[in-house]
Amino acid sequence: MKSAEEIFNLIKEKFGDSIIELKSDKPVEPFIVVNPLEVDKICLFLRDEKELLFDSLMNLSGVDDANGEKVKDEKGLETFNGGTLSVYYHLESTSLKHKLTLKASANREKPEIVTVTESWKCADWHEREAYDMYGIVFLNHPDLRRILMPYDWEHGYPLRKDYKNPEFYQGMKVPY
Amino acid sequence: MGLLDQEFTEGNIVIAKTEDLFNWARLSSLWQVGFGLACCAIEMMATSASHYDFDRFGVIPRPSPRQSDVIIISGTVTLKMAIRVKRLYEQMPDPKYVISMGSCANCGGPYWEHGYHVLKGVDRVIPVDVYVPGCPPRPEALLEGLLKLQEKIRNESIVKKIA
Repeated sequence: MKSAEEIFNLIKEKFGDSIIELKSDKPVEPFIVVNPLEVDKICLFLRDEKELLFDSLMNLSGVDDANGEKVKDEKGLETFNGGTLSVYYHLESTSLKHKLTLKASANREKPEIVTVTESWKCADWHEREAYDMYGIVFLNHPDLRRILMPYDWEHGYPLRKDYKNPEFYQGMKVPY
Repeated sequence: MGLLDQEFTEGNIVIAKTEDLFNWARLSSLWQVGFGLACCAIEMMATSASHYDFDRFGVIPRPSPRQSDVIIISGTVTLKMAIRVKRLYEQMPDPKYVISMGSCANCGGPYWEHGYHVLKGVDRVIPVDVYVPGCPPRPEALLEGLLKLQEKIRNESIVKKIA
């Protein structure tokens, strides 16, 4: 069983600059911020290293950090300029009984994060959901399609903070 | 109608209007499309089960819309599902009836404001005969909805459909 700090030091040694920081000042459990383009290698290491053995990806979820600059377009709709979209990974080792949270942030204009389906097959649908709801593109994903919204949905990503619902979808009025 | 509550002793003739006979036959065996959407479907299944016994009104789930008379929209109609619901309805033969069950199917329910994926009322895609309120409605409420539908069918004319 290892604490988040011990794990942080272990992977910092191995990956250097790809491991950005350990955040432990939040009221939630500590989490490690990592480089979104290296997350696949880091996860593979976390899964296979004898001292870590993170064999289970408990959850993978997208988050809109909404930390960009708020701007209003000519129609008066609020959008974000800059800022990030993030993915949180909740890992567990069922044999060593420790847990870890990772965070990878990508910029809002071109949100690209490398897939972790190589490490855990269950990441497939979780990443499809994050893509569907936030538009985060998972590089090297085997089957990156929408999973919940209709395949022909062309009105954006509904869980982004600046999302606006369309007036009509396939001739059906959407607003109340 | 009580056609058989009198004892028949010998060969008899019953005289009735075809309209009444047709309506009576229709309202007494409303086969529903075997189809459910969300938590309301659980309540609909409970209504079908032995305790509430939908079958005593002639309602049985039919696994094909082509052999069904009524479709009970039991649950949240998402935009994705609305297209399928419409197609199911179009596959049913006339005369066909629709019961909208629960707040979601009636008007979007709790998703009315932030439900980016929910159709705000199934009556935006198919015509509804009876709305059953509730979230979800109890089996008694659904039975009441069915009785309302039977009442509606009883007053129909084969010449023209009376709303």
